[in-house]
Amino acid sequence: MPYTTQVIEKGTSYSFIAEAKPPTVTMPRIKALMTGSIPGFIDVVVNLNSPALLDDNLIWQAKTAGKRIIFYGDDTWVKLFPKHFVEYDGTTSFFVSDFTEVDDNVTRHLDRVLKREDWDLLILHYLGLDHIGHVTGPNSPLVGPKLREMDNILKKIHISLLSKEGEASLPSLLVVCGDHGMSETGSHGGSSEGEVHTPLLFISSAFEKRSGPLTQPELVQQTDLASTLAVGLGLPISRNSVGNLILPVVGGKTMREQLRFLHLNGFQLSRLLEENTPAYEKDPGYEQFKIAEKSHGNWIKLYLEGNNSEILMNLGKKVLKQYLEALKTLSSSLSKQVAQYDMYSMMVGTVIIMEVLLLLLLSVPKALSSRAEFEVPLSPSLFSLLFYLMCLVLCAVHVIVCTSAESLCYFCSMSWLTALGVMMLISALMCGILSAIGKILENSRLPVKNPVVSSSSWSEVDVLMLAGTIGHVLSLGASSFIEEEHQTWYFLINTLCLALCQELCRNHFLLKECDPQHGTSLKQNFDGIREASDCKNIDVPASGNSKLDKVASSAEFIKGSDKWLSLASPWIILICCRLLRSLNRTGVQWAHRPDFGHWLTSSEHKSELSFLAAVSLVMIFFLVQRRCSLVSKIAMALGLLGVYSYRAAIGNVVFPWQHDSKDISKGITEARFVFVFVLGIVFTGTKDLLKSQVISADSSVKSTGLWEVYSGLVLLAALLFRPHNLPVLVFCLLIQTMMTKYIWRPLKFDAAQITIMHYWFGQAFFYFQGNSNGIATVDVSAGFVGLESYVEIPAIFLTAFATYAGPLLWAIHLLCYLSSEVSRNAAAVGHGCFCYALMRSIPVAIYIVLVTGLRYHLFIWSVFSPKLLYEGVHVFITAAICLFFTAMDQNHSQKVQD
Amino acid sequence: MRDAEVRRLWAANLLCAASVVLTAVVPAFFLDGFTVLGTHLTWLCVCSVCVGTLNVILCLVLKPSLSPKRSSLGNKISRFLKCCIYFFMSCILFHAIIVLYGAPLIESVTETFLFAVLLSTFTTLQCLCMLGPNIQAWIRVFSKNGATSIWENSLQITTICSILGAWFGAFPIPLDWDRPWQVWPISCSLGATFGYMAGLIIAPLWIHWNRKQLTYKSR
Repeated sequence: MPYTTQVIEKGTSYSFIAEAKPPTVTMPRIKALMTGSIPGFIDVVVNLNSPALLDDNLIWQAKTAGKRIIFYGDDTWVKLFPKHFVEYDGTTSFFVSDFTEVDDNVTRHLDRVLKREDWDLLILHYLGLDHIGHVTGPNSPLVGPKLREMDNILKKIHISLLSKEGEASLPSLLVVCGDHGMSETGSHGGSSEGEVHTPLLFISSAFEKRSGPLTQPELVQQTDLASTLAVGLGLPISRNSVGNLILPVVGGKTMREQLRFLHLNGFQLSRLLEENTPAYEKDPGYEQFKIAEKSHGNWIKLYLEGNNSEILMNLGKKVLKQYLEALKTLSSSLSKQVAQYDMYSMMVGTVIIMEVLLLLLLSVPKALSSRAEFEVPLSPSLFSLLFYLMCLVLCAVHVIVCTSAESLCYFCSMSWLTALGVMMLISALMCGILSAIGKILENSRLPVKNPVVSSSSWSEVDVLMLAGTIGHVLSLGASSFIEEEHQTWYFLINTLCLALCQELCRNHFLLKECDPQHGTSLKQNFDGIREASDCKNIDVPASGNSKLDKVASSAEFIKGSDKWLSLASPWIILICCRLLRSLNRTGVQWAHRPDFGHWLTSSEHKSELSFLAAVSLVMIFFLVQRRCSLVSKIAMALGLLGVYSYRAAIGNVVFPWQHDSKDISKGITEARFVFVFVLGIVFTGTKDLLKSQVISADSSVKSTGLWEVYSGLVLLAALLFRPHNLPVLVFCLLIQTMMTKYIWRPLKFDAAQITIMHYWFGQAFFYFQGNSNGIATVDVSAGFVGLESYVEIPAIFLTAFATYAGPLLWAIHLLCYLSSEVSRNAAAVGHGCFCYALMRSIPVAIYIVLVTGLRYHLFIWSVFSPKLLYEGVHVFITAAICLFFTAMDQNHSQKVQD
Repeated sequence: MRDAEVRRLWAANLLCAASVVLTAVVPAFFLDGFTVLGTHLTWLCVCSVCVGTLNVILCLVLKPSLSPKRSSLGNKISRFLKCCIYFFMSCILFHAIIVLYGAPLIESVTETFLFAVLLSTFTTLQCLCMLGPNIQAWIRVFSKNGATSIWENSLQITTICSILGAWFGAFPIPLDWDRPWQVWPISCSLGATFGYMAGLIIAPLWIHWNRKQLTYKSR
C-alpha cells in the first residue's frame, strides 16, 4: 500500500495497533468499536442475526447531535443501526466466494458522495479482503491486488478531503481500522496474534507532521476508538464504554483542553464503575481518579491565576500522567468485571449435571441387561425423610447465599417457586442416587461370581473403548488437547480399526485352524435347513429367516474372496481416514499446513473440484440407493443433480459445457428444488415408519422407512456441504457400508460396542468435515442456502445440521443398523440409545466441572468457552437423537406386547 | 520350569536393556555432537543396529528355540533370506501404519522409516530370531495362552510393551510446550524404546510371580 505507507511515514497521521478481544467475529467487533464496551461471548451466537443495538453508542450520539451519517458496506451495520443513517447501501457478507462485487458495491458510491457536502460522517466497510482470507488464505495472490485497490481508494478519499479542507472551517479526520485480523489460515474468530491485532490509523491535517523516524506503533485497545472519536467529534462518550482516550490524537490541543478531555473520559469510566461495583470506592482506579481530579482542580486554579507557564506546563504534565494512570486502572478493572463469575449458579448447575451423570452410570448394569429397563427410583425417595431434610438444608443455604451475596446472581434472581423446584430436583436426584447405590450393594453381596466372569471376558476392543473414552475425557483438561481434539479422535479410530483388524484375523485364522471339519459340517447343516425352509417358506416367519441368513452368512463368510475383502476392510477404512485427514486440516498447530481442501477451493482448480464433486455425488447415489424404494431412488437422483446445479449456480463448480463463469446468482431456485426432494424423501420414510407402527408388524417396512429418512438427511448434507467436502460424505457412507457388511455383522458385536464405535466415528467425521473447537470454522454460509435473506429459524437449523452432519448421520445410521438387528437382540435399540446418551453425557459433565475449575485459565475465553459452546449445542442435538431413538424403540416394545 | 532357564532369560534381557542404554551414551565419545535428541536419526540407526545384532547373537548363543532338525546349508540360507524379506516387509508395514496414523507422507520420510525400522527391531526381529520365518508359530504365540516357554512369554510381553510405548509416545505431540523431544518422531521412538526396556524387565518379573501358574504344554 504505497500511498498509505507514504502518509504514515511523512504525512500528518498517527498509527497504532488496536488489540481486539476475542471472539474476533464481525458483529461483536463492530459493537466494540462503536460502543467501546466488551461484548460477551454469547454475541457470537447472535452474530448472524444482529438485532438493533440498544446500548448507548457513538452512532446514536452522533445522530442525536444532528450529524448526518452515510454508510456503505457490510449490512451488519445497517442491522445494528437501523435508522441511524441518512443514506446507506448494505452488502450481504455471506457470499464469501465473491471478492470483487462486495467492494465495488461500496466504491461505486464513493465519487458521488465525496463531491457532495451534505454529510458529516461517512462510514465504509470493505469486505473483499476478509472474503479472500476466508476462501484462499492470507498468502493468496489475490491479497496483493486487493490491498492495492484499497490503497487507491484511501488515496482518493484523502486527496478529496484535503481539497475540501480549504473551504471548510474544521479539518477532517480519516480513520482506517479493521474489525478483526486474520489467522494463519485466513479465518478469524479465535485469539491468535494475527486475529486480535488490527491496524488503527488516524489521518488528519490537524495533526502535526511526524518528526523523526518511524517508531513501532503503540498498542491500544480496540475499545479506545469509541471514546477517542466521541471526544474528537465533541460528543458524549457512550455509557458502557471501557475505552481510554488515545492521547496522542488530541496532542495538538492546549494543555487545558487535553486535561478536560481526560477528565470527561475518567468521569464516564468512574460512573460506569459506580454502577457496576458496590465497593467502587475502594477500587484503586477510582482513588487514583479522585486524586487526579483534585490536582486538576488545583491546576485550573493556578491557570486562572495566570501563573508562570513553565511551572504550569510541568504541573499539567503531572496531572496528565495521573489521569492516564487512573484511566488505565479504571478500564482494566472494568474489563475484569466482565469476567466475574456467578459461582453459586454455576455450582447448582454443575451439581444437577453430575447427579444426572451418576444416575446414568449407576443404572448401566440394569439398562444394558437383556430387558433394557431404565428407571429412576424417584417416587419412593420423594417421601423419605432424607429428601425433606435435604430440601430444608438447601433452602437454608439458598437464603444465606442470596442475602449475603454482593454481586448479581442469576439463580437468586429467579422466582422463589422456580428455586424451590430446583432444590427439590437436586435432593430427589440425590436420594435416587443413594437408593441406586444401596440396591447395587445389595445385589453385589448376593452373587459374587458374576462380575468376575464378566470382567474376564473383556476383549481388546472393549479395553480400547474404555481406555479411549477415559483418555478423551481426561484430555479435555488441557487446552492444547482441546485445540487438537481432532487428533485424539483420529488416533482413537485408527487404533480401533487396527483392533478390529486383529479381531477379524483371529476370527478367520483361528476358526479355520481349530476345526475346519466343524465349519463345513455347520455349513452343510445350514444349507440343509435353508433348503427345507425354502421349500416351505410360507410358514417360516420373516424374522426367523433373516436370522438364519445371518448365521449362514457368517458360516459362509470363511470361504472365497469375501474373506480377503473382509480382511482388507479395516485397511481400506484406515486409508479412507488418512485421505480425509489430509482433506481438511483443522486445529491450531498444524492448521497452516497446505491441505487438499484449500488446493481444491483455489480458483485455478475449479475443473478438478467440479470433477470431484460430480464423482462424489454419483458415488453417494450408488451407496445410498440400494436400500431405498424406487420412488426415493428417483427423488434421490434428481436431488443430487439439483445439488450440482446449485453449486454451479453459485459459482463453486462449473458444468463441462460452460467455460466462462458469468452470472453468479444465489441459486435460490436450485436449492429449493433440492429441499423439495429432501422433504419428499423424509416424508416417504416417515410414512413408512408410521405405517409399520400402526398397521403391520413388518420390520422390513420399518427399516426401509428408517433408511429413507437417513438418505433424505444425506441429500440435505450433500446440499449444505461445500463441494470440496462432498468426499467426506462419500467416505462416510462407504465406511458405514463396509463396517456393516464385513465387520459388525460377522463379528457379532453387541449393541453397546456398536454404539460406541458409531459415536467415535461420528466425532471423527465432525472434524473430517473441517470443524474444530474454534468459532472460526463454523460454515455460516450453510445457513443461507436457498434463503433470500436471513430467516432465523431455518438458518439456525441449517447451520447446526451442516456443522454436526457427521455425528448426526452416524447416529441415524446407528439406529438403522440396530433396528435391523432387532431380530438378534430385541433390546438393541434401547441399549444403543442408552449408550449414546451415556457417551455424550460423560465428556460434557466432566468438561463442565473442569471448566469451572479452570475458569481463571489464560485461555478460558479463547479455547475453553468455544468448546463449551460446541458441547452445549451437541448435547441438544444428542437429546433430539435420543428422543427419535426412544420413539422408534417404543414402537418395537408395543409390538412385542401385542 | 527350571531356574537356570529363568536366570538365562534375566541375563539376556538385562543385556538387551543395557545395550539400549549404551547406545545412548557410548557414541558420544566417537561422534562429535551426538545426543539422542539432537542427532536423533543417528541414534535411531545405532540403536536398531545394536539391538538387532545383540538379538541375533543371543539367539545363536542361547538357542532358546531348539531347531527341530539339523538342516542343510541351502536350507539355512533360504531361511536367512526369508527372514530378511520378512524383516523388510515388517518395516514397510510399520511405515504404512505410521503414515495411516497421520505421519506426513512425503516430508520426513527418513525419520518415519527409521522409526519403523526401530519398531521392527524391537518386535519382528525378536520374533524372527526365536520363531523363525514361520507365520503359524507367530499366530500361535500371539493368540491367547499360546506361549509354550518362558522365552515366548517374554517375547509376547516385550513386543506388546514396545508397541504400547510407541502408541503412548504419540500423546505429547499435540501439546504446545515446544520441547525438543516433541518433534516427530522423537517422542514416539523414545516411547517405543522405554516400552521395550520396560518389557524386558517386566517379562522375567512377571514369569517369576506367575511361576506357579505357568505350566507349559509341550505342543
